[in-house]
Amino acid sequence: MTRILPPGTREIGAPDALVVPPGSATPGRIGTRGPLRREGPAKLTGRAQYADDLIFPGAWYGATIRSTEPHATLLSLDLDDAFDWSQVVVVTAADIPGDNVVSLIRDDQPILVPVGGEIRHQAEALCLIAAADRETLRAAKRHLRVLTQRLPATFDPLESTEEFSHLEVRQGDSDAGFAEAELVIEGTYRVGHQEQLYIENQAMIAIPQPGGGVTVHGSCQCPYYIHRALKRALQLTDAEAVVIQAETGGGFGGKEEYPSMIALHAALLARKVGKPVRMIYDRHEDLSATTKRHPAVIHHRTGVMRDGRLVAQEIDVVMDGGAYCTLTPVVLSRGVLHAGGPYRCPNVRIKGRAMATNTPPNGAFRGFGAPQTEFAAEMQVNRIAEALAISPLELRRLWAYREGDTTPTGQVLRESVAAVDVLEAAAQASDYARHSEQTRRVREARQPSARLASGIGMAMGWHGAGFTGSGEVHIAGVASVELTDAGVVRVLSAQTEMGQGTKTIFPQLVAGELGLEPEAVETAPQDTSIVPDSGPTVASRTTMVVGGLLVKAARRLRAQVEAVTDRAFAESYRDFALEHGGLRVDERFEPYPNVQFDDETYRGDAYPAFGWACAVARVDVDLDTGEVTVRNVVSADDAGRIVHPVLAEGQVEGGTLQAIGYATIEEIKLVDGRYLNDRLASYLIPTALDAPRIEAILVEKPFSGAPHGAKGIGELPMDVGAPAVVAAIHDATGVWIHDLPATPERILSALTGAPAPGAPGVSEPAPERGAA
Amino acid sequence: MSYRFFVNGDPVEVEVPGMRRLLDVLREDLALTGTKEGCGEGECGACSVLVDGAVVDACLVPICQVDGTSIRTVEGLGTQEQLNDLQAAFLETGGAQCGICTPGMLMAAEAYLATGGPTTDDAIREAIAGNLCRCTGYTKIVEAIAQAADRRRAASNRPA
Amino acid sequence: MPVEPPVASPRSLAEAYSLLASDVYRPVAGGTDLLVQITGELGDPPERVLDIWHLDELRGIRMESNALVLGALTTYAEMRRSPLVAEFLPAFAEAAATIGAAQIQNRGTLGGNAMNASPAGDMLPLLLACDAQFVAGAANGERWIPVREFWPSYRRTALEPSELLLRISIPLPADRQLRYRKVGTRRAQAISKVVMALAWHSDGDALWRDVHLALGSVAPTPIRAPATEAVLEGAASTEATADRAASTLAGELSPIDDVRSSADYRRAVAARVLHRLIRDEGGW
Repeated sequence: MTRILPPGTREIGAPDALVVPPGSATPGRIGTRGPLRREGPAKLTGRAQYADDLIFPGAWYGATIRSTEPHATLLSLDLDDAFDWSQVVVVTAADIPGDNVVSLIRDDQPILVPVGGEIRHQAEALCLIAAADRETLRAAKRHLRVLTQRLPATFDPLESTEEFSHLEVRQGDSDAGFAEAELVIEGTYRVGHQEQLYIENQAMIAIPQPGGGVTVHGSCQCPYYIHRALKRALQLTDAEAVVIQAETGGGFGGKEEYPSMIALHAALLARKVGKPVRMIYDRHEDLSATTKRHPAVIHHRTGVMRDGRLVAQEIDVVMDGGAYCTLTPVVLSRGVLHAGGPYRCPNVRIKGRAMATNTPPNGAFRGFGAPQTEFAAEMQVNRIAEALAISPLELRRLWAYREGDTTPTGQVLRESVAAVDVLEAAAQASDYARHSEQTRRVREARQPSARLASGIGMAMGWHGAGFTGSGEVHIAGVASVELTDAGVVRVLSAQTEMGQGTKTIFPQLVAGELGLEPEAVETAPQDTSIVPDSGPTVASRTTMVVGGLLVKAARRLRAQVEAVTDRAFAESYRDFALEHGGLRVDERFEPYPNVQFDDETYRGDAYPAFGWACAVARVDVDLDTGEVTVRNVVSADDAGRIVHPVLAEGQVEGGTLQAIGYATIEEIKLVDGRYLNDRLASYLIPTALDAPRIEAILVEKPFSGAPHGAKGIGELPMDVGAPAVVAAIHDATGVWIHDLPATPERILSALTGAPAPGAPGVSEPAPERGAA
Repeated sequence: MSYRFFVNGDPVEVEVPGMRRLLDVLREDLALTGTKEGCGEGECGACSVLVDGAVVDACLVPICQVDGTSIRTVEGLGTQEQLNDLQAAFLETGGAQCGICTPGMLMAAEAYLATGGPTTDDAIREAIAGNLCRCTGYTKIVEAIAQAADRRRAASNRPA
Repeated sequence: MPVEPPVASPRSLAEAYSLLASDVYRPVAGGTDLLVQITGELGDPPERVLDIWHLDELRGIRMESNALVLGALTTYAEMRRSPLVAEFLPAFAEAAATIGAAQIQNRGTLGGNAMNASPAGDMLPLLLACDAQFVAGAANGERWIPVREFWPSYRRTALEPSELLLRISIPLPADRQLRYRKVGTRRAQAISKVVMALAWHSDGDALWRDVHLALGSVAPTPIRAPATEAVLEGAASTEATADRAASTLAGELSPIDDVRSSADYRRAVAARVLHRLIRDEGGW
């Protein structure tokens, strides 16, 4: 690991209640490694309990009957008389007591399609079956027939007439900018679906409670999303719906919204059966039905001067939302807000629209719209550098945001701007200038018979920290620090641990404020009957936003205890609890000072702060086959003050590899709106042999709005890996691959001029019926 | 049918259909849920266990073929209070994040360390290429395995 | 949880033969293909399974009158470790190393790969290129099946339901050269897009003799490419030969588009890989 801290900074151990002045260096009170992962020993010994590890005696097994057509009317569900249906339980839409809707933004997605209703995608849930054993369940599924009337389907977002949302962001006068420009460069870039591919499949277990309530245990990022969904569909009170997160084997956005659907299915079955019901997806069902990263088509038109100055940007973003709205408008919004890249441009117009297609709904995935648009932005920068014969590094030096610059929403970047810092850090660590000179020389001297070509490529990015716009204000999350009657300090929040280290970082932050060892602080379980709603575990907000609430809560707790005991908290809190009983401090989110955004006009501070990243990738391309080997990647990331370096590096390394998978091998092909890559043998993610050596460089420009100076880190590295790899492929071969993933098929067709594969993310039509 | 074998040194006898997967016998019949299922088709390696020392995907092994063998699972390594050297290296380096691939990853690494093979980056990566991890980018996993290998080598070179 | 069809685990070959004579069984060796099929997602699972894992008669690698004989239960890991394979058929060890990863290599077998009869079977083009002979056994004796008759059509083998594949014999003619190349979907745990095995004799005149060019993943079964072989036969390793052979191969193949790759790519890559192999031989 390399940590870059300004000269004179000391790493010291003493905790103090610190407010980081804007733009100042991180004084850094955390050691170079941070405490050991709290739940690590449980995970390393197989003792951690994931949903499918939980045992509920007498539990039944649940299954979902799904559509096998992309668009149709559901005519009937026929139960074959040859089967004894008394031994199973069937749930249809008619069994839903409340609203038949799984909603985050728009009330369009049903929990189960009612008979007579519209089926809008291939994996849509039509009804549910539960049985006491899996053999009976399997037999019942074989005896249930679905009758449908097929309707015409739309697969191409560019041809769709149904819009989920649109928006436009403008700064300056782009027409005037283009009139002034000496060179105008255009490009269209397309990206396909990407699957989160957490290694633990989605899983929920529902237990009916006397009186109609239900308790759900499962794998999820956002227990309170599920809580809300259960209350609405099952007409339950706050107390009647209880959601408890089991150990969660990865999420990456994929367990943000779909778990609500599975929990509802399990709960509906459990209430009708009167016993616990397990809904444990296998990989095939998980891949077929759950949300993916949105495919997108992004068109850029850029005006520059011969000396390299950027004068105008026009960007058009079209995203494929799939069959239902889900989180699509927010994904589009983040995509549009990041579409220009981290570059100062006086005249900008960015338009975005999200369209409906008859494919399974797309949703949250690490980066949330930004990896798509930033891939396009960086492709465009690298192509412009080539057109101007300026090095990609130099061009970025010229364009990168500095403090005081204004973004396309009119946001003035007042502090914590590390674009140039990450650029220089990555360029230096990768020895970019020397290697790119070397690959150029080798390329120019290369014989036509050469088999291998090496290249180096660079990309830069930014990522708005926390929710877009007024999101945090609307959520108004609450997190708490409690001193229990028994004299134990514990953290209460709904933030889930799914690998990123929530249960390690929160106690660390709170302990730091209280002058305790991290091990002395416990974390309450993510159980909606115990912890407050501190908001979802998404948008890289856990450490920055909720961590910030906890720091504030801990400070208040410390002050209150010390005011009574007149001794340091660490020495007196146990005595305090004995004498006075417990004390709990709830901290509600307050808007960051001077951060204002208008959700109607899209003007203002789109994010309280941005993280900054730069990646440099080196690749080898096999010119016979188009196969790419990514050799190594340097990723320099600024996420403000780093609380826990080992965990932060883990985020950078993991996010970088997901970006490399996105760039090279992760592809979903569709026929008739159905994913063909619906097994792990066909949806491929990088193995250890495919993964490059990754060097993570943590650059720290603290954010003053957070009491601990942290910005988000989870999504940031996902934005820059893919365009860096594609730039390296170009450096090696001389060809630009405009579509992701840059598969050997696409590369070879570019090298040989052979017909290119079709557009990523767009379904082939159904094979003709009756054809031989 | 009845099948007898050893799990983590203990003799075990199960009365199950012969085509039941070793994975299901471990998880459901023996309640050893440390071994995970990620795909059910030998692609992800989350269910990796050792059969007579060889690493296999427990989802692809019918129990009838396990009769008479010795199985080792993650439960047979260290305890939470006393991690073994490999587990400790994973904890120290940050080699476990969400933890779902971790038991299988540890078993593949144990099999490799037992061969005494080279602990170069490439050799370690090949040894765990059958174990998918989506969190770490593998960097810290490779580091952990190399660290454990070094410690074992140092320990075995130490005079008794 | 998958379907669990009934299974018999014979302890001797005779017992296995008598079971096979009495009913239809699907043999399971290392299980790496069959256990995926019992999930029921990829079609109906077999009705009855014969576990042959304990039949030691089907194990072992040995020399037999100028042929290397590999038991049907020889695993990929055993091929990678075998000194005999390393000495006489290094391409087999090279190919075995490209299959799955450690877990699959410890369980997957050469016989299982042949009997599963997938057009993408990684070892199969090597068997074709080497004129392998398959030895099948049944209660009434053994019979030899030449490799060219072994996969008559998509996912079929020449074995009768009452027969077991016992071993595969690879002739070891003097001066045979053998090359293997797999273009897969990634660097491990990869299914092939194109597999190529090329065998020929070099009599010291640097001309291509007795050329056997075999490919996988480009047709419903592993295939030879006779037109391309004819182009190479008797030719020298010149650029003109390579060009002609490559373009002949591209014209000779009719692969399909599927989830792993496209027909265009498979055709182009097969030609380019062959071109490269000829170039490497010619040293130009």
